Amino acid sequence: MQSDLVLAGGTVLTADGPIEADIGISDGRIVEIGVDLDGTETIDCTGAWVGPGLVDIHAHFREPGQEWKEDITTGSRAAAAGGYTAVVVMPNTDPALDAGHLARFVADRGAEVGLVDVKPAGAVSKGRAGLELAHLDELWAAGVRVFSDDGDVVADAGLLRRAMDYLAARGGVISQHAVDVGLSRGGHMHEGTVSSLLGMYGIPSAADDVIIARDLELVEVTGARYHVQHLSTASGVAMIAAAKARGLPVTAEVTPHHLAFDHHAAEGTNPVYKMMPPLRSSDDRDALRRGLMDGTIDVVGTDHAPHADHEEEVPWEHAPNGVIGLEWAAAVVNTFVDLDQAAFFDRLSVAPAQIGQVAGHGLLPAIGGPANLTAFDPNREWTPVVTLSKAQNSPYLGLPLRGKPMVTVYGGVVTAVDGAIAGGIA
Amino acid sequence: MNHFLTIEGLTRDDLGSLLDDADEFVEVLHRPIPKVPALRGKTVATMFFEASTRTKMSFEKAAKALSADTMSFSPGTSSLSKGESLKDTVLTIKAMGTDAMVVRHTATGAPWRIAEWIEQPVLNGGDGAHQHPTQALLDALTIRQHFGTLDDLKIGIVGDIRHSRVARSDIQAFSTLGADVTMVAPRTLLPVVPEVFDAAVSEDLDDVLSDLDVVYVLRVQAERGGASVFPSLPEYTARYGVTKERFSRLKPDAIVLHPGPMNRGVEIEGAVADDPRALILDQVFNGVAVRMAVLFRLLGGEHAE
Repeated sequence: MQSDLVLAGGTVLTADGPIEADIGISDGRIVEIGVDLDGTETIDCTGAWVGPGLVDIHAHFREPGQEWKEDITTGSRAAAAGGYTAVVVMPNTDPALDAGHLARFVADRGAEVGLVDVKPAGAVSKGRAGLELAHLDELWAAGVRVFSDDGDVVADAGLLRRAMDYLAARGGVISQHAVDVGLSRGGHMHEGTVSSLLGMYGIPSAADDVIIARDLELVEVTGARYHVQHLSTASGVAMIAAAKARGLPVTAEVTPHHLAFDHHAAEGTNPVYKMMPPLRSSDDRDALRRGLMDGTIDVVGTDHAPHADHEEEVPWEHAPNGVIGLEWAAAVVNTFVDLDQAAFFDRLSVAPAQIGQVAGHGLLPAIGGPANLTAFDPNREWTPVVTLSKAQNSPYLGLPLRGKPMVTVYGGVVTAVDGAIAGGIA
Repeated sequence: MNHFLTIEGLTRDDLGSLLDDADEFVEVLHRPIPKVPALRGKTVATMFFEASTRTKMSFEKAAKALSADTMSFSPGTSSLSKGESLKDTVLTIKAMGTDAMVVRHTATGAPWRIAEWIEQPVLNGGDGAHQHPTQALLDALTIRQHFGTLDDLKIGIVGDIRHSRVARSDIQAFSTLGADVTMVAPRTLLPVVPEVFDAAVSEDLDDVLSDLDVVYVLRVQAERGGASVFPSLPEYTARYGVTKERFSRLKPDAIVLHPGPMNRGVEIEGAVADDPRALILDQVFNGVAVRMAVLFRLLGGEHAE
């Protein structure tokens, strides 16, 4: 049998564990897993981990409304180059994705671009204003399974409880930007030694923790699925572990930057290190690394947050929050956290696809399964110098990393090779 | 020294040498014609993105006493209000031709960002609640003039330290020069992690008052902070105000300093401010001399030292 495409010589993560094998792909499906497979096109994956295409449960593509920062085309390119085959994009666009037709627009634009599945998250509240429920039924009908007012916390516990009640039976997941408004107001960085020296208003760890603690009580009451975005504190990790031990339907996410850095990165007041929640202490960072390793933290979410150069050419306090990361997330995780192949693909693909209910993704390679695949070389050393995003607000440009996405296959088609969009792809 | 941005990291010798230079400029400023040609042909731009009167005037006076030309920028009348980015503003002023920029900004770190964008020296005229290094020099100079040294002096810095760039620069300068510094404030006005500073902490002014050689009174910054950080001004004055009564309990040779502008009747009673042992106007005079010293150090070229 000759397959259209063969990924040859990698270590393939199957349901039975990693095996040295080739994968044969035809018509968007995996048709063979074996040795010395014959393909019309063969890509050498020697030394690489081969597994399901990466899935990001938390990114910002800025379309519609903020296309000067990013759009679905450039965001999709960055994602494909980073090994991703599906991306859940946050609804804090302009307008916010709070109704069915808006979610459909984003999904359709993603399909037009055709480099990754673009799965819109829907807003919890109309206009993300935190007052009334968004059009949750319309959003559900449009395929939305993740609901979030990301960028802002759902501050009103009553509103959050109603959203949880409304979604609980269906299994929709609420993805919370867990930062208390009162405790974070005026703050621009972690409250601690560095903020004290800089004289900058800090955001205490308690800003995250009080929201997580409150919300976990509501999960207990409603039984709704609840996902904490960008966990940043050691106490947050502990609360998630305790909630899971109680059997609550709770999951959590960590970003690459919270794994890589701590608040000392803010000392130079370079806004590429400014994010919400802020980079916290080294103890927090270490707890996040341990939490990701032991599975308390289910997934890595990039929180890919593009901003234009001119928005960053300002003092720290005037700069927007967030950094881009889709192209380097896998490498950053591999550099700073010691995950084996199974754990790596679990945190970056299997678990995010399950939490976000992203069909056709996060499935370990199997004959007959969809050919959404990534080959990641865990030993490749490199330093990012360019990006496919419109934005450049990245702390990773110039940072030596270990591990690189080598091949991304989406729907049986090679979308990216060695960090660049594959030839012949739009 | 390419820029003058912060006290942090300066050594005792660095600070001492700048104060020695300032002493010489004090002498210049006492001459009948208080002006030297050291920086003739140079242009100093004062770029105050946050409103200020005294610091801006002091820098301009210092530049002019060194025969430099000055040009100034103030945000109210500038294209900042038309949405221009900080970088574009800075590059525009640079293109007009300037040899140094004195920057004050509400945002911490702004002078550092500007120093990334231009080659010319940047002088920090105060950034956020972070640093105000020329203020620390003028305060140290005033204390040194009075006592001859800062070694082993007990200096209490009283008031809103959390939101004070003056306090941050002063604590670092005073402790580097050998003084024992105590931060005196309620916890809501102390740095969240006070241990990052080489200074003791007291929440009780009356407890430390009689030990102090210098009482450094910070302005209550009602306009900063936003949120209420103490219950009311009268309650603040009752606990931390430098009243006549508290002044009477100081050592007989102790002095009082204040960076201005003063809220008489709040953090300092009028009679204290007007006492000969309140050296507040000496501080203002010395401000010109230390700014001359810093400008000369940065722009004086091979003639420096």
